[in-house]
Amino acid sequence: MSEQLALLPGYLTAHLQLTLLALLSSAAVSLPLGVAVTRVRWLEQPALGVAGVIQTIPSLALLAVMVPLLAALGLQSIGFLPAFIGLTLYGVLPMLRNTVTGIAGVDPAIREAARAVGMTPAQQLRRVELPLAMPVIVAGIRTATVWTVGIATLSTPVGATSLGNYIFSGLQTRNSTAVLVGCVAAAALAMLLDGLVRALETGVRTRRRRRVAVVVAAMAALYLYTGLTLAAPLLSRSGRPVTIGAKTFTEQYILAHLLGQWVERETGRPTTQRQSLGSMVAFNALAAGDIDVYVDYSGTLWANEMGRQTVGMDRATVLAEVRTFLADAHGIRVAATLGFENAYAVAMRARDADAMRLTRLSDLTPLAPGLSMGGDYEFFSRPEWVAIRDTYGLAFGEQRTMDPALMYQAVAQGAVDLISAFTTDGRISAFDLRVLEDDRAAIPPYDALILVSARLARDWPDVLVALARLDGAIDVDTMRRMNLDVDERGADPITVAADFLSGLSRARPAGETR
Amino acid sequence: MIELQYLTKRYGNQVAVRDLSLTVDEGELLVLLGGSGSGKTTTLKMINRLIEPSAGSVLVDGRDVAELAPHDLRRRIGYAFQQVGLFPHMTVAENIGITPALLGWTEDKLRRRVDELLALVELDPDETRDRRPDQLSGGQQQRVGVARALAARPRLMLLDEPFGALDPLTRHRLQESFVRIRRELGLTAVFVTHDMVEALVLGDRIAVLQAGRLVQVGTPRTLMREPANDYVRQLLDTPRREAQLVESLLAREGL
Ligand SMILES: Nc1ncnc2c1ncn2[C@@H]1O[C@H](COP(=O)(O)OP(=O)(O)OP(=O)(O)O)[C@@H](O)[C@H]1O
Ligand SMILES: [Mg+2]
Repeated sequence: MSEQLALLPGYLTAHLQLTLLALLSSAAVSLPLGVAVTRVRWLEQPALGVAGVIQTIPSLALLAVMVPLLAALGLQSIGFLPAFIGLTLYGVLPMLRNTVTGIAGVDPAIREAARAVGMTPAQQLRRVELPLAMPVIVAGIRTATVWTVGIATLSTPVGATSLGNYIFSGLQTRNSTAVLVGCVAAAALAMLLDGLVRALETGVRTRRRRRVAVVVAAMAALYLYTGLTLAAPLLSRSGRPVTIGAKTFTEQYILAHLLGQWVERETGRPTTQRQSLGSMVAFNALAAGDIDVYVDYSGTLWANEMGRQTVGMDRATVLAEVRTFLADAHGIRVAATLGFENAYAVAMRARDADAMRLTRLSDLTPLAPGLSMGGDYEFFSRPEWVAIRDTYGLAFGEQRTMDPALMYQAVAQGAVDLISAFTTDGRISAFDLRVLEDDRAAIPPYDALILVSARLARDWPDVLVALARLDGAIDVDTMRRMNLDVDERGADPITVAADFLSGLSRARPAGETR
Repeated sequence: MIELQYLTKRYGNQVAVRDLSLTVDEGELLVLLGGSGSGKTTTLKMINRLIEPSAGSVLVDGRDVAELAPHDLRRRIGYAFQQVGLFPHMTVAENIGITPALLGWTEDKLRRRVDELLALVELDPDETRDRRPDQLSGGQQQRVGVARALAARPRLMLLDEPFGALDPLTRHRLQESFVRIRRELGLTAVFVTHDMVEALVLGDRIAVLQAGRLVQVGTPRTLMREPANDYVRQLLDTPRREAQLVESLLAREGL
């Protein structure tokens, strides 16, 4: 709990930055547009139509689609910008619709009276139409506020820190405390902001100067805080922190914290985490320099980034080719190989494997039509699966996509017969599963590599040197144990990483590590 | 002061006002009289450009209003609506003071003017000043509407049944004070009413509209003596008929 709460200021601040700025720009777009629409009638259908269509896109998809879109435009595609733009678009509809409805709803007789007493069109708007439409407009702003705070939790996968980091990593590492902290904090923030907007509106309507002043001051303070916290990294002399990425599984969270703590300890540089990134997002972010460091696996890069499908490659060859490719195509450096492999594998209950006399994937081919296979979100669309399927001619009776955190339970309970697994997953032994041998080497080797951006290698050689010292530091058993500690024993990735590093420093004399 | 020249207003196929020509002299009060839907409000609103005519033109002080900025024109013309049309989000004082405020009067001058007008329309300034329109009765709202029209001391006023919602006694008193200030200030006014007595009491001249056409215009006396048609005769005869009705009712009751 206390480790989780320690993250709260950072996550909450980031969430607040995203939400407040997105709301501000939603309002800056939709309020003038709403007014324009009531003046130029033909604008109404297209404007509300586009806003409505945006709204029908599932929020996670809307945020995710910003990544390739911004990348195509050559802009920062990971982190704050895609989340900010996605949230801004999402907030437009409720504000726009209510502005239009609110203004259109003003009694035509009152409108005529406004003209009759000698108001110019601008005065009619400011003195009569807007004040009378205000309750409806504010209702739209409140809706947008609550939505934006909620949807901002989905910015985590596009690389923007938010309270969603609690939820995504909590779900992944089965840490219900983290999930709860994230949800409660988001709900509380939504209520606070909604309450402020409501208080402002009633204050203005009932003309309570004091109340309006208090609310305006509170809002100004929030925006000031947002501005200062956004500007702080730009102004501070210690400069940008080293940004460490993590994909969406337990091992990645542990390693990201481990690398972060290691860099801070060895170089004294501040670090920050960008967690729960999609696999492609993480690589692209590193290539673009939006993150500085993350751990990826030689086989993943081999298949995804290099598009290679050759079967039967050995570990050293793959590693050498990946290194060359990364350096040549993206300027990315491999700082170290951690010392373990985390391969995709196919696992099943040991009991079933014995009963069916299965040890190798080759043995599976004739039985596959009668079996069901579960895979994580990516698995069935990954080249590794294609390679396995084609090499062994596998055609399962049923294929099911499921959350990686639940797959092990599913196979253990017999809901599916086989699952895609990772060889470092501690749950393979904990759930008494067996990994079937890839006897025809359909899957490439998966050495865990510390990748660093070209910029890190250039600007911070000390970090590169420190990371290089982790070469061979983690063997597969250690990684399995750490994963199991988090997945099944409820340990926190931060603690697990810290424990590992303290063991490491005990093993090495201080003089050697400095 | 006001000249309407061949004014026509069409709504699709329907003609609300047809080929209307009229002159209102400086300091004169012209009553527009006519049945429901005869085009009185439409005519009034074409004078301050709340409605743009389909054809014809309006001259105020010799200038075609189509060439003036609408808001400037309207600030110089007091307008009292048939449906009152007070701003619901403003207090009574703010409603009355709106045109002077737009003209940039000082706070102080404005406040004194508001109180003066409230007293004129027989509302207690201290009690009503800070109320919202929905806290007033229909008749009180109507009086605030008249006060708003008077606020910026316009020389020209357009009044659309301004006393329609008042009880007969209040109406009578307000008519008298209206006659008084009109004389004092030399106001020119176009005044729409259904009430024949009101028309006879207030009007220097009366213009009778029938289905969008001007049937006759002249002093009450002329209209009584030489009505242009049956409709005008019947209209002008209403007060007398009503009086006779009352007489005969009283007689039947044996009083
Ligand atoms: N916006 C409009 N669209 C179509 N027809 C209209 C419109 N406004 C007025 N009319 C029509 O024009 C005619 C004249 O209307 P106007 O309001 O001038 O009548 P009025 O003499 O003021 O009647 P009343 O004594 O009932 O107030 C009516 O037949 C009315 O239905
Ligand atoms: Mg009318």
